[in-house]
Amino acid sequence: MLKGLFTTLKEALQKPVTIQYPEVKRPVRTRFKGRHELRRYDNGLEKCIGCALCAAACPSDAIFVEASENTDEERYSPGERYASTYEINMLRCIFCGYCEDACPTEAIVLGDQYELSYTDRESSIYNREMLLVPVKEGAETTPQKTEPGKFTRSVPIMQDPTD
Amino acid sequence: MADKVTLTIDNQTVTVPAGMLVVDAAKVVNVDIPVFCYHPKMEPVGMCRMCLVEVGRPMRDRATGEPILNEDGTQKIGFSPKLETACTTPVSEGMVVVTDTQNAKEGRKAILEFLLTSHPLDCPVCDKGGECPLQNLTMEHGPGESRFIFDEKKRLQKHVPLGELIYLDRERCIQCARCVRFEHDIVDDPVIHFFHRGRSLEIQTNSEPGFDSIFSGNTTDICPVGALTTADFRFGARPWEMKKAPSICTHCAVGCNMTYNIRREAKSGGQTVIKRAMPRQNEQVNEIWLCDKGRLGYHFVESEARLSSPMVRKQGELVPVSWEEAYQVVEDKLRQDQVRMVSLAGGRLSNEDLFNLAQLTRSKNGKNVLYSTMAGGDLTAQVGLGLGSNFSDMGAGDVIFVVASDLHQEAPIWWMRVKQAADRGAKLIVANGRPTRLDKFASHVIRYEYGQEAETMDVFLPGAAVPESMVDAVKTLTEAKNAVVIYGSDGLGLDESLHLAKSCAKLVTDRGYYGKVNNGLLAVWDKANTQGAWDMGFQPDRNLKATLREADVAFICAADPAGDDPVLAKALQETDFVVVYELFLTETAKMADVIFPVQAQPEREGTFTNGERRVQRFDVVVNALPGTQPDYRITARIARQLGLGLEEKSPVLVVRQIAQKVNNYKSINFMDLAKVEEQWPKMGREDLYYAGTSYENMSGLGVQYPTAADRGEELSLGLLIKSEVQPTTGSGVRVLPVTALYDRGRLLQPTNLLNHRLTKQAICFSTALAEKYELTDGELIRVSTPDWEAEVRVEVDSQLGDDVAIVARSNGLPVWEPVVVQIQHLVTEPKA
Repeated sequence: MLKGLFTTLKEALQKPVTIQYPEVKRPVRTRFKGRHELRRYDNGLEKCIGCALCAAACPSDAIFVEASENTDEERYSPGERYASTYEINMLRCIFCGYCEDACPTEAIVLGDQYELSYTDRESSIYNREMLLVPVKEGAETTPQKTEPGKFTRSVPIMQDPTD
Repeated sequence: MADKVTLTIDNQTVTVPAGMLVVDAAKVVNVDIPVFCYHPKMEPVGMCRMCLVEVGRPMRDRATGEPILNEDGTQKIGFSPKLETACTTPVSEGMVVVTDTQNAKEGRKAILEFLLTSHPLDCPVCDKGGECPLQNLTMEHGPGESRFIFDEKKRLQKHVPLGELIYLDRERCIQCARCVRFEHDIVDDPVIHFFHRGRSLEIQTNSEPGFDSIFSGNTTDICPVGALTTADFRFGARPWEMKKAPSICTHCAVGCNMTYNIRREAKSGGQTVIKRAMPRQNEQVNEIWLCDKGRLGYHFVESEARLSSPMVRKQGELVPVSWEEAYQVVEDKLRQDQVRMVSLAGGRLSNEDLFNLAQLTRSKNGKNVLYSTMAGGDLTAQVGLGLGSNFSDMGAGDVIFVVASDLHQEAPIWWMRVKQAADRGAKLIVANGRPTRLDKFASHVIRYEYGQEAETMDVFLPGAAVPESMVDAVKTLTEAKNAVVIYGSDGLGLDESLHLAKSCAKLVTDRGYYGKVNNGLLAVWDKANTQGAWDMGFQPDRNLKATLREADVAFICAADPAGDDPVLAKALQETDFVVVYELFLTETAKMADVIFPVQAQPEREGTFTNGERRVQRFDVVVNALPGTQPDYRITARIARQLGLGLEEKSPVLVVRQIAQKVNNYKSINFMDLAKVEEQWPKMGREDLYYAGTSYENMSGLGVQYPTAADRGEELSLGLLIKSEVQPTTGSGVRVLPVTALYDRGRLLQPTNLLNHRLTKQAICFSTALAEKYELTDGELIRVSTPDWEAEVRVEVDSQLGDDVAIVARSNGLPVWEPVVVQIQHLVTEPKA
């Protein structure tokens, strides 16, 4: 009994672990699955090629993709195809991460953002503009005007196919 | 088939006709032998080596020829030391085929590994991804890993337009040559070729415009990879995301079965839209093919110009009103006493629309007029193509007689099937006033002067005097086991068509080529459901102008007489009250007193009767444009207010009424139209690699109604004596109407992709005529008749007969029958 009391006493003297959310935010774990992001390459082009494999993999049918064709005048992603419409319904999403697994270009990634709340159903739908990450410093945003013949391939040549 | 062969495939015994290939025999017992280059509709070439199997044959003693037996007394089977290609090996008695030995598996694996050494891994962006034979077969038979070095993959151009309709991705091509063989062997358009060899091999087009074939879309179906894709569908959706909806093509009398792929789209405001049209297998109609007009010509459905509200003329202006109000206006008009009613219907209406309209008109003692310049629908219903006829069954001993038809342009799929029948040995007699694409395959080509069509046919009657040049052709026809006579509308107006149809009917009856399988008369109608319109009681009117002028109330449905012909426009002005059912605000609609906006064919249900009298059903594909109604319902609603009991709820009910009231349609029942039976070649979604991505028919093959001759009824062909033809004479040039596939018809206009392929807006003169009138190719001239005048380009065609000038119908000039025009030179434009 004394041993138990001692533990209580010890814990009572410890600093409290309560974090003052939302003023203070605890960093998420590396494998945390939060709100999706659509990534870009360093040069600003979108990684997403509109293949809709994420939509096919999605068990809750939360993703909707429509593709269109790139031109060198107006280029969104490498290769011929890009996603002209990309929508995720966050109310439907179960954050399983299958979309991330299915993505052949590692374009869609479940990020760190977990603060998702909505006042109506419509605002739970995130479109491509909301999902796309900002371009890196110095890079141009999409659509870009590119030189012909440079970005002909949708799935860039893999350096390490076993990855 | 006389000779049967029994063999064993993977322990299953199967009996098939001699000469069948092992790969097909395996398909009969549902054993899958994977193929890339083999296609059941084409000759085997054995190029891809994917179909390797182990083949054993009964061993015989070489000296005596006696069978060698095993110790237990059974026949000894000798397997060949190497794998054999199932697609080039014909079956033989006692053969044993094994597809799943270690050897065969490794063979397939090696071939796939090798194919993939130069195939890109861009399945995620490939339009074929998801319905790709290479993808599927790799999953099933291929190796998981490649021993080849990724960096050594060959990099080739990924975006090569072969013309504006089809794109080539050179990397993806696995060199099976299905497309090249299809274009060369099946449709005789040798416009694409292989160029270079080995890994550098590429498909090139040598025509202008590129890939100039009206069947080009089919190559994308049979391509076993995503090397050929259509510009129309490019990146439209992934195959698994789309739903399928069965339909019938609206563009010509063949009545090709097709499947629309549909999807809800954000781009289209959340509406379900048609993404692409694919052929649906019907071995009696279109096999597994579709012409490009059918494949691409569905865009009218989504056209912005569609009408979506009824309109009524008030103080000279057409104003949108409610449906109730529009019905009321028409009802008030029809309630008046002694109304002379005329219904003018186009052949793109469904049987239900036509039936209801005909009933309404009859109740007012009105006149049902078919808007067409072809005659003979009553004849084809009596001595038409015999029940069960199929072009695919015609071959040696059969004769196909094509008269006054440029079948290639009027009905492409029939052209292809007739051509294939000729390839199989059927004798083809082609009679026309000008060379056509069918001449090349004909045993006998007869060239007549335009206007002499009926006289030419009369030469073939028993006992007629035969000129020297036609003796052989007449002999061929008389010796035929079976004969089909196909007549079209090349250079004909309604009068000429009537004479020709009668001559043709007389020919088949006098020679006895009717009422039997693969015999009879076939008309190449101008519209999808012209035969149905005839059956429902519509007939073309030789004096349409007067009929319209005298009418008090004219119902004009799916026809644009005012836009087509200024003479009819003038006549229509004199009609008291014009009711128009239309999709678009046509010239006729602009003159209407009441316009009812109708639903497009893919937005509603119904039936069409094709040229072979096959009644086929089409389903609702996409949601109807708000504010539109199907034609039959509009008519029935008007009829209801007049106290006439017509069905308005569903085509099923209308078809039931049709079966009661129309003799030919007694046997037609909406449910029967949806019946299917197994077809050969077997194809469909699991068998993509075998016959391509055409859809398996699960929605109905349609029902061909028997002709009066088939039913053994007495024929009433009327007098088959020709009345006098008014020769179109007078000074000037006689211009003849012909049919062009890509015309400027209202339904085709919204398909922008075909803009560059449309037939030139020009009058085509023979060299002799051009010289006589001092016309040069490309010159702009003014042509005039008493009724209209127009400026038009000149085209000079050295292949035309001496005094022939032709112009495409529905292509800008109002030429619907042979007309004499005056030619006036315009001052040459100054060169820029």
